[in-house]
Amino acid sequence: MRPSTLWFTLKSGFKNIRRNWMFSAASVLTMAACIFLFGIFYSIVNNVSYLTRRLEEEVPITVFFVEGATPDQMSEVGKQIETRPEVARMEFESADEAWEKMKEDYFGGSSLAEGFKDDNPLINSSNYRIYLNDITKQNALVSFIEGLDYVREVNQSEQAANTLGNINRIVSYVSISLIVILLLISIFLISNTISVGIAVRSEEIGIMKYIGATDHFVRAPFVLEGILLGLVGAAIPLVVLYLVYNRAVSYILTRFSVLNNVVEFIPVTAIFRTLIPVGLVLGLGIGLFGSFFSTRKHLQV
Amino acid sequence: MIDLIDVTKSYGKGLPALNHANIHVDKGEFVFVVGSSGSGKSTLIKLLLKEIDSTSGKIIVSGEQLEGMKHARIPKFRRKLGVVFQDFRLLRDRNVYENVAFAQHVLNRPNRVIKKRVPEVLTEVGLAGKYKSMPDELSGGEQQRVALARALVNRPEILLADEPTGNLDPKTSVEIMKLIEQINNRGTTVLVVTHNREIVNYMRKRVIMMNQGVILSDEREGGYREA
Ligand SMILES: Nc1ncnc2c1ncn2[C@@H]1O[C@H](COP(=O)(O)OP(=O)(O)OP(=O)(O)O)[C@@H](O)[C@H]1O
Ligand SMILES: [Mg+2]
Repeated sequence: MRPSTLWFTLKSGFKNIRRNWMFSAASVLTMAACIFLFGIFYSIVNNVSYLTRRLEEEVPITVFFVEGATPDQMSEVGKQIETRPEVARMEFESADEAWEKMKEDYFGGSSLAEGFKDDNPLINSSNYRIYLNDITKQNALVSFIEGLDYVREVNQSEQAANTLGNINRIVSYVSISLIVILLLISIFLISNTISVGIAVRSEEIGIMKYIGATDHFVRAPFVLEGILLGLVGAAIPLVVLYLVYNRAVSYILTRFSVLNNVVEFIPVTAIFRTLIPVGLVLGLGIGLFGSFFSTRKHLQV
Repeated sequence: MIDLIDVTKSYGKGLPALNHANIHVDKGEFVFVVGSSGSGKSTLIKLLLKEIDSTSGKIIVSGEQLEGMKHARIPKFRRKLGVVFQDFRLLRDRNVYENVAFAQHVLNRPNRVIKKRVPEVLTEVGLAGKYKSMPDELSGGEQQRVALARALVNRPEILLADEPTGNLDPKTSVEIMKLIEQINNRGTTVLVVTHNREIVNYMRKRVIMMNQGVILSDEREGGYREA
């Protein structure tokens, strides 16, 4: 395309928007809401799964053995657990090590513990600590281990895992359905806006056709209009999200100060590395789709 | 340049708007098409522009047969034609210069060419010095001159005019018709649909007379008689 033609097309595109700015604003705002919601959803889901992953790394399942289990029997159990794919790594702690650790932790190495002499009070506390790579598999793994011989008890952080998994699922379902609805409304509104523009300019379009404008040339300003509206509709929520994100994080951390040491949020830059391109593509896509439908329908040359 | 061979156009039931018409126009000719209201004159223009398709028969314009013409070819074909209407059809929100330049933008002309060609053609139609006026600030005759400039700016082979003086007073009508004659003298083939009996009789051009879709007469240096 020649620069003069491109400029001409750009001017027409802007003119379209100015001429029916109310429709343009309505479609931009809906689109902005859609992309804003997507951004929120993306941030929540990512942070929750980030949190979950950290929990997975930090909170192990502990497996205890029946009374009198021999080291051989214990390592037999260990081997069977190791075959499971969801196991990231596991550590064995013998009864002696457990006792040493307890002495260290609770008696501060003082002579109080000497009263037990060599009578290890934790004689039955040999255990495996198992770290998972996927916390959603935790329940399955626990019931597998409980079914093994020589296993007395399995301790798990079931509560946290289930809650987080459920939160993520609910957030996903609700957001995705809302986003899909808003997406469809956005496309509909954009395509409506452009249809109105086409109707308003029908005389001009007629003249263009008499003069010998190609379909392509007639459509270009409207497609451009869709793209411009789409990009603006994406830029607004991205800027707002950027401002909101850090505030939300610091609000949560001050409001629930208990979380301070437990929870860590993904930095805004990391979130936006994905959110910016996805948001822009989304806006662009909505704009293109909308203008595609309306020019298809109303610009039969 | 223009050939209609046994062309019929029906819009639906009832009499066809054009009924087995045969017309042949040579390159460089000036032709008036006259006839009472509803006789099919505008239909003829629309057929020539490939705005509508004939029901039967064969139309050849500037060497191209219109029946079965590929959709993508139509814009290229229309660039060989210039067209003006009774209601001028100017863009109200653009000034004289922009209205004419518009036709060049549509053809992807570079700015350098547009800047040279638009003043040239505006001078040709007698509008030098009115570049910046908006259509509403112009008289009817001036508006029709802008429309003519727009039709001519891309140097069409054929100029089609559907009642170009229909909204103009007699004196202005004569001026516009004179201008069209000048355009014809520079080599453009011209076909003018009109109701203006005085002008047709005065100019002594070829006259095709229609009634109810049928060509009643086709005379060189003809006049506009009662049908
Ligand atoms: N789009 C259409 N649909 C149906 N009938 C049409 C259509 N356009 C024209 N006609 C009919 O075709 C006939 C010829 O119409 P046309 O417009 O060609 O006449 P005309 O000679 O230009 O008349 P006028 O001098 O009033 O402009 C008329 O009977 C008209 O009612
Ligand atoms: Mg007519």
